Amino acid sequence: MSEGPITRVRAAVAPSYLTTQRGIRSWLLTTDHKRIALLYTFSVTFFFLIGGIFALIMRLELLTPETDLVSPQTYNELFSMHGIMMVWFFLIPSIPNTLGNFLIPMMIGAKDLAFSKLNLASWYVFMLGGSIVLYAFFRGGVDTGWTFYTPFSTEYSTTYVIPAALGVFVSGFSSIMTGLNFIATIHRMRAPGLTWFRLLLFIWSQYATSVIFVLATPVLAVVLLMVAVERIFQVGIFTPALGGDPVLFQHLFWFYSHPAVYIMVLPAMGVISELVAAFSRKPVFGYLFVAFASISIAVISFLVWGHHMFVAGQSVYSAMYFSILSYLVAVPSAIKVFNWTATLYKGSVSWDTPMLYAIGFIGLFTIGGMTGLFLAALGIDVHVTDTYFVIAHFHYIMVGGTVMAYLGGMHYWWPKISGKMYPEGIAKLSALTVFLGFNLTFFPQFVLGYLGMPRRYAAYPPEFQYLHILSTAGATILGVGYVMPLIYFFWSWYYGPAAGPNPWRATGLEWQTTSPPPPDNFEITPVVTRKAYDYAGMKEELRLA
Amino acid sequence: MNSLRLLAESASTFATEWNWLFWMLVAVCGAVATGIAVLLIYWTIRYHRRRADELPEQIEGNIKIEAAWTVIPLILFLGMFGWGAKLYFEIERPPANARTVYVVAKQWMWKAQYATGQREINTLHVPVGEPVQLLMISQDVIHSFFVPAFRIKQDVLPRRYTAIWFQATKPGMYHLFCAEYCGTKHSGMIGWVYAMQPHEFQLWLEQGGAEGSLASTGEKIFHQFGCANCHHFDTQGRCPMLRDLYGRPVQLMNGQTILADETYIHEKILHPRAQLIQGFDPIMPSFDGQLTEEQLVALIAYIKALGPPPGTGQPSAPGTAPQIPEYEKGITGPRSTSISGSKPGAR
Repeated sequence: MSEGPITRVRAAVAPSYLTTQRGIRSWLLTTDHKRIALLYTFSVTFFFLIGGIFALIMRLELLTPETDLVSPQTYNELFSMHGIMMVWFFLIPSIPNTLGNFLIPMMIGAKDLAFSKLNLASWYVFMLGGSIVLYAFFRGGVDTGWTFYTPFSTEYSTTYVIPAALGVFVSGFSSIMTGLNFIATIHRMRAPGLTWFRLLLFIWSQYATSVIFVLATPVLAVVLLMVAVERIFQVGIFTPALGGDPVLFQHLFWFYSHPAVYIMVLPAMGVISELVAAFSRKPVFGYLFVAFASISIAVISFLVWGHHMFVAGQSVYSAMYFSILSYLVAVPSAIKVFNWTATLYKGSVSWDTPMLYAIGFIGLFTIGGMTGLFLAALGIDVHVTDTYFVIAHFHYIMVGGTVMAYLGGMHYWWPKISGKMYPEGIAKLSALTVFLGFNLTFFPQFVLGYLGMPRRYAAYPPEFQYLHILSTAGATILGVGYVMPLIYFFWSWYYGPAAGPNPWRATGLEWQTTSPPPPDNFEITPVVTRKAYDYAGMKEELRLA
Repeated sequence: MNSLRLLAESASTFATEWNWLFWMLVAVCGAVATGIAVLLIYWTIRYHRRRADELPEQIEGNIKIEAAWTVIPLILFLGMFGWGAKLYFEIERPPANARTVYVVAKQWMWKAQYATGQREINTLHVPVGEPVQLLMISQDVIHSFFVPAFRIKQDVLPRRYTAIWFQATKPGMYHLFCAEYCGTKHSGMIGWVYAMQPHEFQLWLEQGGAEGSLASTGEKIFHQFGCANCHHFDTQGRCPMLRDLYGRPVQLMNGQTILADETYIHEKILHPRAQLIQGFDPIMPSFDGQLTEEQLVALIAYIKALGPPPGTGQPSAPGTAPQIPEYEKGITGPRSTSISGSKPGAR
């Protein structure tokens, strides 16, 4: 997509989206997708820090087998609030609402999303949901785990279950709005000549994510509503004493929450496709396979929820059905990993920070995905489910995967977002710190789970202590690795050297305009005549840039 | 700090096969992951960008390679599925001669009741070399019975019995954990499983201080709550006869047929009108709130022990039932029952 009437626009001609209007009102009432993306970036960073602090206190508590730092009840509230914060207020919105919001219109040559006011409304709804959850936390917390399992959540917990569930319920509408907006935008607002198979793979993955947003989130809303109705009005839905079925809750909850895992990881896969192409300077190997892998993941993800319930009391035959479908959903993920790796072959591979994050992602996601194969094996799952093995598995996917991709993407598009370059040396160091800290934190947890350490334990038998100490040491390093980008991005916003329109010499349409872009993204609507990642077609520009 | 161990304790028949499958998965996945890591690192270095304006050969893809790395993983995955499913089937299907122990879970303790009347809290004594089946129910939230050394785990649900079985292979003392988060003292809901040589186990049973068998306790409750007033043993009056009920299909008014397993009997005692039986008026009162889960377990053990009615072949009298050795061992028909009707998932 290198071609278009515009190639280079002088930076000083028009004000950028950052300078076109000033003052707090111009931010809080903006309908510019780029500004809303920044609002989201600040918000999810804030929620990530809160969730991270909860995690750090938990890791400190787990340094010793006894509960000596916090009480068991406080520990239960910490892991519940860590999960709720990280899942719904960081991981789910992280890439779609920040990078997706910023980049989708630019990558398809549009001026904005299809419904720009709906986009702003989604941020307000998100912040309302976040505020309600924070209220629940500061009033005294919630101790149900992020999974709100019944009948504990409906009848037995004495904590602030309803405000916490309400906050999550409200934030779900923000997801639905975003999903609708992305789908409409990708269908209707592509630049002339930008056919479906000329789209960047980031767009394909965001599209697949949006479908899940729209189809799965309402089920979460319904199930949380039912929990609230049962808790307030004592209507028997899930509580056996009232005639309900607690396992029904798990079916409904995971019908949303398993696809939600792919809401978290599909956008990350999209980011990695962009990074691998840009820093190998080649088209992604097997473009069509990677694109359709995203779509098939989105479809199959709706059919595997029961793999969270192999020991929950479902029949042997439904367990087999969910097991085999879980293996099927692993195939497209494996295809993606192979294609990314093959893209490096005979490439021109740079070692810039975003590429370090991308390679880290591929490695960690591979481990996360492969341990998913262990959990999908029915007989193996019986032992390792609800242990630290599961904790390690999904952190490899969501932190080793999604957060690595989020940071890699932030470094890659930072010049576009801010117009400035980040300091490369310290950024490389942060990527390395995150990678090492992450592995030290979570690899010992695989061993803990294999040995039988159950999750959600405030106290544990002493033979597990060595591995917990390693994990806590890793978490400390990981924390440092996460704070570093926060500091140097902030520094670079003011003092970083100017980036220019296309510092990476990449092919996406977003690089065809100024950095930071003008309010309408492009001075003239681009016309696309080439397929994605057409480095051969921009040979001239490679030399110029 | 105890010494660090990196190999999980293995002390049941499943554990052996579980270990084989686990390490096979580690080997296969480890080999593929190592391959990917080596290629990633090697190509990152081998093809490191040399000039800023370098333009490498543009390779779009290769359909044969794509087909290979779609089909080969799929075949491997199907193999993993098959082996995993086989092991799961073994874990889910108890042998007919398994000794039954009833387990009641509550916030935050495990209570075990043996057919022979022994009771214990947060410990479970089992013989080595003999299959043991646990029939478990919770009296509050969902718990999960987890013995890592046996590689078994099963959620324990309120108002529904779930089952798990194992055969210990090595005497010793093994962790028992609650694996489903159940509230404030979840991490304190732990205990020990003692696997003992059969003769030691026999000795333990004898010294267990049992006041009569579980079924005889059930019989006392049966009379105490006036059940016998309606449920006669030899004549079918206004109420269904309970002799030989367990394990048989029951015709419901709505046309469904349901298998009379532990969950059915439990449900009938607490909520008799939830599922009406063909041919009987709904006159039974609910005993919800009047019986503890332990009492219900005893009642069910008693009803299970009632043989066929007199004159149908097998000798059986309720009062003497506890002395029947088969029943002492808890031999009771089909266990991993899948009921036609509302609870297809019951195990």
